[in-house]
Amino acid sequence: MTNPHRLVGALMNSVRRRIRSLGGGHGDAATENRPGTGDFAVLGPLRFVKGGHFLLVLAFFFAAIGASNAQTDPHSDNGVLATLVRWSPLILKGFSVNLMMSISAMTIGTVAGVCLGLAQISLFKPAHLFAYAVTQIFRNSPWLVMLFFISLAVPFQIKIGGSVYIVPDWLKATLGFSLPVMANISEVVRGAIASIPSAQWEAASSLAFTRSQCLRMIILPQCIKRMIPPWMNWYAILTLATPLCYIMGVEEAVNYTNQAITAEGGRPELLAPFYLFVLVLFFLYIYPISRLATWLETKYAVHA
Amino acid sequence: MTVANWFEQFHDATGWHFVFIYNQSLGDQLISGMLMTIKLASYCLFFSAIIGVIGAWLQSSPLKSVQILVQSYVHFFRSTPPVVQLLFFYFGLGVYTPTYDVGGWPQPIIGNVGWAVISISLFAGAFNIEILRAGIEAVPIGTREAAQSLGYSRWQIYRQIVLPLAFRNSLPALTNNIINLVKMTTEAYVIAVHEVLYYSAQIWSDYNNVTEMMFVLFIFFISLVSIVAWFMNFLERHLRPKGYGALS
Repeated sequence: MTNPHRLVGALMNSVRRRIRSLGGGHGDAATENRPGTGDFAVLGPLRFVKGGHFLLVLAFFFAAIGASNAQTDPHSDNGVLATLVRWSPLILKGFSVNLMMSISAMTIGTVAGVCLGLAQISLFKPAHLFAYAVTQIFRNSPWLVMLFFISLAVPFQIKIGGSVYIVPDWLKATLGFSLPVMANISEVVRGAIASIPSAQWEAASSLAFTRSQCLRMIILPQCIKRMIPPWMNWYAILTLATPLCYIMGVEEAVNYTNQAITAEGGRPELLAPFYLFVLVLFFLYIYPISRLATWLETKYAVHA
Repeated sequence: MTVANWFEQFHDATGWHFVFIYNQSLGDQLISGMLMTIKLASYCLFFSAIIGVIGAWLQSSPLKSVQILVQSYVHFFRSTPPVVQLLFFYFGLGVYTPTYDVGGWPQPIIGNVGWAVISISLFAGAFNIEILRAGIEAVPIGTREAAQSLGYSRWQIYRQIVLPLAFRNSLPALTNNIINLVKMTTEAYVIAVHEVLYYSAQIWSDYNNVTEMMFVLFIFFISLVSIVAWFMNFLERHLRPKGYGALS
């Protein structure tokens, strides 16, 4: 019997095997519910030390910013803290661009990823092969490479009808970010469907459900619950990747931070506290999300 | 030579510009970039593994303050953007790095490659700690108690009993993390480490052949990731402890 996977490349199969048995870290956690494939390996009882580390990280941030402030004249207008406060509205504005890009890229990536994931389990061979290849290519390439790819491949202006529209940088970057999200969500969907016992498909078909009815009415409703934690994890990973687009000149948090440092004459003592400030912003936003994802993961975990 | 000629004719005929094949110096640059990526990934792999092992050991400490410290480290690196971490380390802490004298010119003792290794290792190490912790929790208490009753010390139990089993438990998740690490080395581009993306970007800005260079990058990273995944699969198969997992 010819296995179509062999055509795509035997090596890639080993990559594909990976994702069935992931766990522990960010992403693809739905796959760990799959019975029989190493579910003993991951996430035992989560014995977190509650709350203490969150406060300690914040204390570290503020102590570090405070320490660099103390090196300068703390009361003058050029003190580190005074400078940081002066520029923080701009950096916060940039941060809101990061958030907006992450939400748009997540929306695009989720819609495209769900379609791709469903195509991966399609019985129609060409659709399956296409979805499989696209997923593997975009899952296994670095974010920065895809960001460059989209920024340079998409024209900077497009003509629709008679009028010319300029494609803004942030839109290109958003498209670039949605590609890896799409591929990873595709795997999350495929993994979640694979985690449902095959007996359910058999039971449904013995009750005369068609394949699409079974998928829509029996399998997918159960998958949604399992897909939420990895989906949230991917949102966190995506948001943490958005600062990369400062290289493309998108005006977001890191770009504005660099501009602020330059405008202040590039004083070397400003570098550490300004970047720390950006780190704090992301930490405050991402930490609750990743904790919620971890909590849901344990809550929804299926114990075989 | 014939291959190079063929690609030159291919360029004249189709416009596909694989310039690094018939331009020796560009080809050498690209290869050195690929080697740098592999070197960076290997160093980070080594150091992040050490961080993971030591961190997971510290996390099983009975001292609550040590646990909180390790948790803080893990969550700091997991919840902040890796690229800003790189910038913070290279620019922020680079200012405070001691320098040495190179012919009247001050040179920091840690260069951009050094900071890239430190930053990426710390990031990947934080994930390794979490992964190993989950693996350690999956080791049955009875195994540990059996070792204790045989007179093993706490470190001996960790090194000889718990860690080997935890490592096997965590292999699938570790593989995922290593793949992530390999992909993350491209982010060292922002502090001008001469890795494969750096040279590719130079070539495509000089020769306007983005598609061709992207093709090379995709192939390079997919092969690298496949080799890693294949090797880890091999490890997993050969290290599988007896009496665990699904019957096949």
